[in-house]
Amino acid sequence: MVTTNRMEVKNLNFYYGQNLALKDINMGIESNKVTAVIGPSGCGKSTFIRILNRMNDIIIGSRVEGAILLDGQDIYAPEVDVVEIRRKIGMVFQKSNPFPKSIFDNIAYGLRINGINNKGEIIDRVETSLKNSALWEEVQDRLDANASELSGGQQQRLCIARALAIEPEVILFDEPCSALDPISTAKIEELINELKEKYTIAIVTHNMQQAARISDYTGFFLLGELIEFDKTEKIFTNPAKKQTEDYITGRFG
Amino acid sequence: MYVNPRLEQRVVQSILWLFTAITVFILFYIIFFILKNGLPVLNYQFLTTNPTDMGKSGGIYSTIIGTIALTIGAILIATPLGVGTAIYLTEYTLESKITRVIRFGSECLAGIPSIIFGLFGFILFVTKLKFGWSILSGSLTLAFMILPTIIRTSEEALKSVPYNLREVSFSLGGTKWQTVTKVVLPSALPGIVTGVILSVGRSISETAAVIFTAGSALRIPTSIFSSSRTMAVHFYILAREGISMPNAYGTAAVLIIAILIINITAYRLMHKFMKKYS
Repeated sequence: MVTTNRMEVKNLNFYYGQNLALKDINMGIESNKVTAVIGPSGCGKSTFIRILNRMNDIIIGSRVEGAILLDGQDIYAPEVDVVEIRRKIGMVFQKSNPFPKSIFDNIAYGLRINGINNKGEIIDRVETSLKNSALWEEVQDRLDANASELSGGQQQRLCIARALAIEPEVILFDEPCSALDPISTAKIEELINELKEKYTIAIVTHNMQQAARISDYTGFFLLGELIEFDKTEKIFTNPAKKQTEDYITGRFG
Repeated sequence: MYVNPRLEQRVVQSILWLFTAITVFILFYIIFFILKNGLPVLNYQFLTTNPTDMGKSGGIYSTIIGTIALTIGAILIATPLGVGTAIYLTEYTLESKITRVIRFGSECLAGIPSIIFGLFGFILFVTKLKFGWSILSGSLTLAFMILPTIIRTSEEALKSVPYNLREVSFSLGGTKWQTVTKVVLPSALPGIVTGVILSVGRSISETAAVIFTAGSALRIPTSIFSSSRTMAVHFYILAREGISMPNAYGTAAVLIIAILIINITAYRLMHKFMKKYS
């Protein structure tokens, strides 16, 4: 199993100032699989996923100990370029957050800032990303419209398309459906299922059914600790730890 | 003492209404008074001919040019400085002692009376740096005076751009500079422009800081080293020295109309900006 891990988290401790927010986390994120992170509010799951592409770098007084490997390389090593890391590890956020630009420019932005200026190539890749995020049919004849005109679910799929356009290796989803209705949620889940053929996916969700539906592996976080990490099937049918069982059966959280 | 709450409510409401009415009345009365006295002398000739006989006769053409030159100079100097400072404060540093000192300094700058700026500009630019009474000295002085406004409004505009847009840009592999120039600035632009326009209004109407630094020559300025008279200074001299009250009012009318137009434009832009991000 170790050989197919695209990312690996080793002995991770994360501090906010003096406060130890994540304690000794060890887990792997397997290639072309969906790894879900579940747990009650405040358990550190969002903090954890944001550490995986160094989005927490900017928080003052925060500190990361341990190693996070992407294809064997520690992304927190001093010689690593954080911009390059984020290009390889894309992210879709909790709240859909398109730029106040056109649908086309929202996707083209990532390409342009990464040095792709060839118009033909940009047009091709915008189209491909929109097709891959199952939005093309709905927006193909209004690419110039402002992204804010789309519905919430469409906006979130646009954000996914935007992340896909720069062809990352890993995509992190931070509660991508928490603000969406069930139909939009189903579409996004279906999409994640398709995306894992090409990408490695990690998703944070507070929705246990969602984790059970779409993930291959699940990690259960509680109070900054990874209580249990295993195949999703195992976690939901036969958890090894009492706390996991209490959580998935709805006894707290 | 018991007061009927309903009666109390009524009395307070009437008093507050009265206060508002007085404020608005004063504003409209000033505008009305200036326009009533100024409009009769206003015509195409007044705007397009130079003052003659110290301003007793002729128009105000050279003072319009002087005002525009000084204002453009001040804006060209203050905008990059102010917007740059605001970008540094909001995007490149975290809230700390140093940013608080910078911010406090710029607030203090805003509280300094304009005549002090005039004196400072006179000593530094006019005499020490030997720029003389000139468009250059005047523009530099005005620039320092409007800097706090530009910093403050730009900062507010930058801060109102949702943080998550920056996060997305970073997550796509954007550098800080790419994020600032391609995401944050375009969104903040209307707010920044509003601040600049308000500063234009202040520059146009400034007298004390300008009279010390740009002088009061009635010629049309030919270079940035020419001395020049602005409309506000012209009005001041005409009225102060009793040269011509009708022409003074005429100048004031032009000034007040220009400022009204500028403020309405700024207000409209601000409104549009607020609507976009609320």
